[in-house]
Amino acid sequence: MKNILDLTIRETSDLLFSKQIKAQELTQAFLERAHGVNKKLNSFITICGGTALKQAKKVDELIANGQKLNSLAGIPVGIKDVFSTKDIKTTAGSKVLENYIPVYDATSVNHLFNANACIVGKTNLDAWAHGSSGENSDFGPTKNPYDLSRVPGGSSSGSAVSVASGSCLAAMGTDTGGSIRLPASFCNVVGIKPTFGRVSRYGVIAMASSLDCIGHFTKTVYDNALVLDVTIGEDGFDSTCIAQKQDVYSSDIEKGVKNLKIGIPKEYFENLDQRIKRLILEAVKKLEKLGAQVEDISLPNTEYGVATYYIIQPSEVSSNLARYDGIRFGKTREKFGSEAKRRIILGTYTLSSGYYDAYYLKAMKVRRLIRNDFVKAFKKVDVIICPVSPTTPFKLGEKTSDPLQMYLADIFTVTANLAGVPSLALPCGFMNYLPCGMQIIGPDFSEKLLYQVGHAYEQETKWYRVKPKI
Amino acid sequence: MKKPQRPEIDVDYVSKLANLPLSDKEKALFKKQLKDVLTYIAKLNEINTNKVEPIAHIADLVNITRGDETSPSLSQDDALKNTSKTYNGFFEVDAIFEEQ
Amino acid sequence: MKYEPVIGLEIHIELATKTKMFCSCSAEYFGAKPNTHTCPICLGLPGAMPKANRKAIEFTQKFGSAIGCKLLLSSKFDRKNYFYPDLAKGFQVSQYDLPFAAQGILEIKTETENLKKVRITRAHLEEDTGKLTHATINNRRVTLVDFNRSGVPLMEIVSEPDMESAKEAKLYAQKIRQIARYLGISDADMEKGSMRIEPNVSLRKKGSKELPSYKVELKNINSFKFVEKAINYEIERQSKILDQSKVPEQETRGFNEQRGITVSQRSKEFAHDYRYFPEPDLPLLNFTDGQIEKIKSVLPELPDEKYQRFIKGFNLSAYDAEILTREQKTAEYFEEAAKAGEKARISPKVIANFIINQKPDTETVLPADLVSRIYQKTKTAYVSDEELENIVKKMIDENKKAVQDFKSGKNAALQVLVGAVMRESKGNIDPQKAKAMLKNLLTN
Repeated sequence: MKNILDLTIRETSDLLFSKQIKAQELTQAFLERAHGVNKKLNSFITICGGTALKQAKKVDELIANGQKLNSLAGIPVGIKDVFSTKDIKTTAGSKVLENYIPVYDATSVNHLFNANACIVGKTNLDAWAHGSSGENSDFGPTKNPYDLSRVPGGSSSGSAVSVASGSCLAAMGTDTGGSIRLPASFCNVVGIKPTFGRVSRYGVIAMASSLDCIGHFTKTVYDNALVLDVTIGEDGFDSTCIAQKQDVYSSDIEKGVKNLKIGIPKEYFENLDQRIKRLILEAVKKLEKLGAQVEDISLPNTEYGVATYYIIQPSEVSSNLARYDGIRFGKTREKFGSEAKRRIILGTYTLSSGYYDAYYLKAMKVRRLIRNDFVKAFKKVDVIICPVSPTTPFKLGEKTSDPLQMYLADIFTVTANLAGVPSLALPCGFMNYLPCGMQIIGPDFSEKLLYQVGHAYEQETKWYRVKPKI
Repeated sequence: MKKPQRPEIDVDYVSKLANLPLSDKEKALFKKQLKDVLTYIAKLNEINTNKVEPIAHIADLVNITRGDETSPSLSQDDALKNTSKTYNGFFEVDAIFEEQ
Repeated sequence: MKYEPVIGLEIHIELATKTKMFCSCSAEYFGAKPNTHTCPICLGLPGAMPKANRKAIEFTQKFGSAIGCKLLLSSKFDRKNYFYPDLAKGFQVSQYDLPFAAQGILEIKTETENLKKVRITRAHLEEDTGKLTHATINNRRVTLVDFNRSGVPLMEIVSEPDMESAKEAKLYAQKIRQIARYLGISDADMEKGSMRIEPNVSLRKKGSKELPSYKVELKNINSFKFVEKAINYEIERQSKILDQSKVPEQETRGFNEQRGITVSQRSKEFAHDYRYFPEPDLPLLNFTDGQIEKIKSVLPELPDEKYQRFIKGFNLSAYDAEILTREQKTAEYFEEAAKAGEKARISPKVIANFIINQKPDTETVLPADLVSRIYQKTKTAYVSDEELENIVKKMIDENKKAVQDFKSGKNAALQVLVGAVMRESKGNIDPQKAKAMLKNLLTN
């Protein structure tokens, strides 16, 4: 039998319901794995052994009683440490919150717990979700399991790595400018950034309110759809969460790509590592063989994405971090790390008197142009395929001294956040044993379609079988 | 509307506005690093957005409100749980003087 | 005085909704133990998000409409960013450029009985802050914070600087309070803190039409009496400065009740850069013309309208009508009694008189019962003029000291005699009649 840590959610679920394995055994195995690799990878800030086993015990009781449970019951999950978890320390990766214990659960966490998932632990991240590499955590950087001298991508670094290293079967993350898609791409896992407003943000420590999206990582595309089926849903707390246009994301995933129109945006294939370009175009060819049609398109305002993003995001960050004053919780503000301080200063400046029009307001206008690019493109094509990162996973320390260089790593991911559209990142191959991912972007609320396209490609390639050697 | 001529941040002023204590070293470092960022951001001046409406909200939602029904509040213990600087149910801070 | 005051008022009114502005905590926090009416949202905990209270919006639109404002078809909330320990999130959700109501007019009756129009700039909605109290613990001075009030819906009404005296400012504020109470949207009680007044005071040369180059904002005023006092003190203080050819500093000053003066508050210069931007967590609010029209059309009868109707419809004096319409409850009580009085053939004037002078307990005495009381007194215990003269003469005899006092110039002594006559007649006499008779007899 395969190592249970290498199974998919679907396979694991089958084992649980056919009573071939107990939830407690399963959870125990994952906890041991998590503890085992954490020294090397540093993907967890807190491992929740007690809670996980309690949850698993409950699942075993429910199964023994013949209860019908859903597909996430008993499934070990990791949760990025920006999601509020009641009575479980939540740090945002920062010393400011190193002892903070929430008195409530985030809505999406609630959904997972109601589905009887088991929490392996709170995963490491760039502090406050500020970062693209996983090196900004106040609790030490997370390492890429495929090459310990390289970054796993960020800011949801721990979540990507915990799935890639077999410490859990799914992990929650957030994506404000690429923070799910980038680590997914660097760690050979599947990551979804849903449509803005698809999943409730209530209870998730806010980074940039008009850009934050709640998403997650899994090994396979189908697994990913199973999790989205659970985390969606209006909650009465998030006023920007959309209840309508929901789907059952895990059904009809085998639909295939016949007659699917794929757009290749030329702006995303300039200034790109040639090896990455080749891998992605090969992936597109595979989809063509399966019946899709390819068309060249243009997203002309792409070059303004990073500039637009790095005005809107720090502005909102500076306001969202104002509540951390050490009075009701947490430490005082001098404990913020450098990157957080930098963004607070930048964002306070761009919103300040005399500068609002030139920066924030202007950026919100360019944002509309960027969104219009996508809306226009989706009149011609069904999905867009493009790279996630202009480079392969870089070495630890390579970009840390130059913030602007780090920001430019987001060039292909920020546009989907600015436009609000969903994007699925999934593995499309390796270069020198380093993972490479691609994005499938679709119109608002097209997650089901993205999963169908992703699944079709994945079944041809099954890159998830290439495990890291730790 | 001030159009930034030479993008530079008065870090002293902004750090006070942001209630963010910075060392002199940090102030100097951020001033330099953010100057690079601001220069890059100035790219947006290339585009004419005179006739473009800003996007304040990306989702098409409007009129999201709730009815006036109460729900239970946190207990006082839970409200005070995450700090030790409390007194008789209040949060405690150093004295604030409002009169000169 | 060579200067004329230029006064505007910023009034905050706590709305009487059951829940807070952006969360479902009970807003009825008065008297509760500290920090027992909070939740992640109003406590500003990490990850919390706001959801707007529809009733608070309706109240604001109702009020805006009642003070003649235009109700905007599209409105939004904005973040006002600043730091203070009572501000949990480090920003207040308020409204910046698209308030729910704007450009209204309120008519007040000035001290000289003239009608004056005060222009209203805007009425908008925001959330209240927590409460700070200062204390000394173990010889250390500290500030204590209670977030029960944090997030309670606050309506802010800003007037143009159209008022020209402290009295006018007080009358304007009283009218605002009256309307708020009439609409049932707030108890607008300054003592409870559900109504707060911040005057902006400056002076200009008499006859000048230009707005002064500065204005002074006054805070910490806890009653209508102090509104007048604070403004008058400020007018004098600023006059003295202008007399020296200097310009008063633009600043915020706190009113010190004990000393009756205003004192400069610690300069919060950075507080003025609020870095407003649209609240990204709250979608826009759009209204149709139909909805706006409906709000206007279902407004209850407002105090001024009722006042006019009482004078015309019940033939009351302006004085009586003013007193009866001061509070809606009293007005309603009077109308019920007047209706019941119709059947008993007792005039509204008599009823009005009775209510104003006898001050019956409107909580326990039903209007119909009131009418029968009046009937008892006026119809069966009728006091003839002859009887009245007898009583008056008797009281003059029995109250020699009062009579002497009055004759030696103490006019107040007359009231003593009137009181005696009233008691003797068991209140069944028109006191004015008794007074006139006494005066007549005593001065001849």
